[in-house]
Amino acid sequence: MKKLWITLTYLVFIILLIIPLIRIFYGSWAEGWEGFIKALSRPQSLHALQMTGTIVVLVTLINTIFGVMLAIYLVRATWLGPRIKQFLNSLVDLPFAVSPVIGGLMIVLLLGPHTVIGSFFEDSGFKVVYALPGMVLATLFVTFPLMVREVMPVLQEIGSQQEEAASTLGAYSWYTFWKVTWPAIRWGVIYGVVLTVARSMGEFGAVLVVSGNIMNKTQTATTLVYQDVENFNVLAANSVALVLATISIALLLLMEWAKKRKGH
Amino acid sequence: MNLMFRSRWWSFGFRSTVMLYFVVLIVLPIIGIYTQSFSSGWEPFWSSVSDPLAWKSVLLTVRLSVIATAINVLIGTMIGWVLIRYKFWGRSILNSLVDLPFALPTAVGGLMILLLLGPNSFVGNIAGRLGFEIVFHEPAIVIAMVFVTFPFVIRAVQPLLEEMDKSEEEAAYTMGASKLRTFFQVILPAILPGIISGGMLAFSRSLAEFGAVVLVAGNIPGKTLIASVFIFGEVESDNPQGAASVSILLLTLSFLILWIVNAIQSRRAGK
Amino acid sequence: MHIEVNQLNKHFGDFHAVNNVSFTIEKGRLIGLLGPSGGGKTSILRMLAGLETPDTGDIVFHGKRVNDLPPQERGIGFVFQNYALFKHMTVFDNIAFGLKVKKQPKDQIRERVMSLVELTGLKGFEHRYPHQLSGGQRQRVAFARALAPEPQLLLLDEPFAAIDAKIRQELRTWLKDMIERLGITSIFVTHDQDEAIEVADEIMIINKGRLEQKGTPWDIYKNPQTQFVASFIGESTIVSEVHKLKGFEDASSWAGTKALIRPEYIEVGKTSEFKIISATETGRIKHIHFRGSEWMVEVQVGDVTLITYRSLEKEVLHPGEEVNVLVHRAYLFNDTDSWIMENKLKEDPMPVHI
Repeated sequence: MKKLWITLTYLVFIILLIIPLIRIFYGSWAEGWEGFIKALSRPQSLHALQMTGTIVVLVTLINTIFGVMLAIYLVRATWLGPRIKQFLNSLVDLPFAVSPVIGGLMIVLLLGPHTVIGSFFEDSGFKVVYALPGMVLATLFVTFPLMVREVMPVLQEIGSQQEEAASTLGAYSWYTFWKVTWPAIRWGVIYGVVLTVARSMGEFGAVLVVSGNIMNKTQTATTLVYQDVENFNVLAANSVALVLATISIALLLLMEWAKKRKGH
Repeated sequence: MNLMFRSRWWSFGFRSTVMLYFVVLIVLPIIGIYTQSFSSGWEPFWSSVSDPLAWKSVLLTVRLSVIATAINVLIGTMIGWVLIRYKFWGRSILNSLVDLPFALPTAVGGLMILLLLGPNSFVGNIAGRLGFEIVFHEPAIVIAMVFVTFPFVIRAVQPLLEEMDKSEEEAAYTMGASKLRTFFQVILPAILPGIISGGMLAFSRSLAEFGAVVLVAGNIPGKTLIASVFIFGEVESDNPQGAASVSILLLTLSFLILWIVNAIQSRRAGK
Repeated sequence: MHIEVNQLNKHFGDFHAVNNVSFTIEKGRLIGLLGPSGGGKTSILRMLAGLETPDTGDIVFHGKRVNDLPPQERGIGFVFQNYALFKHMTVFDNIAFGLKVKKQPKDQIRERVMSLVELTGLKGFEHRYPHQLSGGQRQRVAFARALAPEPQLLLLDEPFAAIDAKIRQELRTWLKDMIERLGITSIFVTHDQDEAIEVADEIMIINKGRLEQKGTPWDIYKNPQTQFVASFIGESTIVSEVHKLKGFEDASSWAGTKALIRPEYIEVGKTSEFKIISATETGRIKHIHFRGSEWMVEVQVGDVTLITYRSLEKEVLHPGEEVNVLVHRAYLFNDTDSWIMENKLKEDPMPVHI
């Protein structure tokens, strides 16, 4: 019985995860190293990868800072009533329930060129939708819960006693944060960062809607893969996908490492 | 005094910024989409939703998501069980691999399925000869959904299994219960909350999935066009109002699921 | 049920958990498996239950070898250390579980469960869930659940470990009465000697996977057969140069022999309290501690500190006071042997009969 279950488990993993991974690797070498390099060195590939990189950096930075602070407020703040805290807490997960396409649509609806705010920004020469700011906003929306949800349980678990102890010893809030709170939540934050990087790198639906997918302008790595597939340029799609998949696996390893450290 | 005043002022500024960010980023867009779809009253909302292509896409999404969730509940419970209960070669590697679909861009996931099962692939050929169609038909959509939501049930079931005391099982054995009976009457009830909340999350993610599906579905209106792709199409064809109307159908459903999951989890935490 | 165990062995990896253990248990006895934690007691219990398979050796119930029977078919009841109650079932459903497995008719199940509920004093709690019960109540549910299918043998793994001290005392007496009334063969594991002595008809002392001694509590206390048993049961002081004590001079003829002296073997008091002064040592009171029902006295004799008890009825001693100390007997042991030696001066060498 035991053997059967283990075999079945291996089968599921091999069919669902391992063979597809191998297929991506193998697919991008269909025309050898040259084809792979050629597909990657197209100007649109380079631009798309650079675009994805920019979004990842910006989103990770903003999401980490605001996520950690919001987590601290939602757990510790005394200036928020418990009911309000509970309400805000339940709002945190909303982006999980929203289809990324809808997330993108929301931003288009609010800030698109036909809206009041959108046209205001447009007139002052600042494009939001179909430009980088909108894409960053969409990705921020999608990745929002990741950091908060990683940090909050850690904060709850360590309790506020250590921080109170620090304050009775004369430490002020910044000092307490760096010396007491931060070391405790550090691995949770790092895990959250890895999740945010993975998600912002891989975000597709929201970005596709917001960016308009304009080649060499607002195209990201994932939307380029989509476009290449639509244009039946499978080899090129494969090459970009291989880069993304490799980074994903590296992130997965990082995730495992952070998870282990977090557990201690 | 001056210093204290300044630090108060700073912290007030911080708080307001963080809260404002929270509200503007999360709450405003959601309110925006509900108001947008009702902006011109019930009539246009109703006509967008009652468009057969629209409601067919929503129904199709729900139906396929149910199938994908059922598959995931079965294999997820099994894998969660095997990874916790049995020691075998490669266990920790498999356990790390579980999260791969979370780390991998969904578009890459879609591409993988397309390559493996597509018309020119080995499997695709065999299936085609047997009279099956996978890619650009419903099976491919289900496969994409299963792939993307693969970790949810496993990750929800594992902690419960780990927490569960093995002696509960042994107690059942000493009272004469068979393995099957012990599984259904002792183990399953203990991990059921995990299966339900994991399944709900998988379901809500399946409803929302876009990237993996759009590449493999073929997107034939009324046949393999799922809701999120329909919404995308509406946006592309410059009909944001129609997109918003279908969106709130999907959103309301997802919120309901999220709320149920939260209720289950807080009930468990309360015990 | 009559139980026979022959040459039982169990390894966990390199660890020899149970080492050549053999014993027989008469029907209806209440046996305590006593020993330090990690000594193999629980492994023996789990092998009897069929939850663990022995490497070698036989387990015989009623003359029938049961090694290959799964736990489902051994006709045993098992009470787990943490009770292992089914969390999602009520008290009633927990107790009824084994009966439902046996496919008994509903009304019969109901009757049996209700009688057990009554017997265990859980009336009115049938519809509660385990998390709504106190530790003692959970223990009783676990007990009732194990008894419901009318097992021939009841196995209890540290049944009182998770209960606080005050209720533990109460439950011990309750459990002993209950098992006596039902007349079911029972084996319980414990690391608490008071518990074993108080509850069990017979004790088996297990250490490092070996059965050190089996016997009634009184037997084991009076005639410990190994040094481990002697030091594990009761309190004691180990004295390395016992021949320096009065009345034990003969001990010097066995080199490397040490003595184990229990507090009960020692009498301490004023000169007037002793009949034969020549058998006593002089000592000095080091400390006294009030123990609720008696004094614990630490007394210095030469360079050894001995511990004994003194009744509250007798005159109170004070630290620093000079007293007489009579050592009645000592338990002597060396690497190969152990025996009990009486104080040879204690008996009047020239009794005068009037």
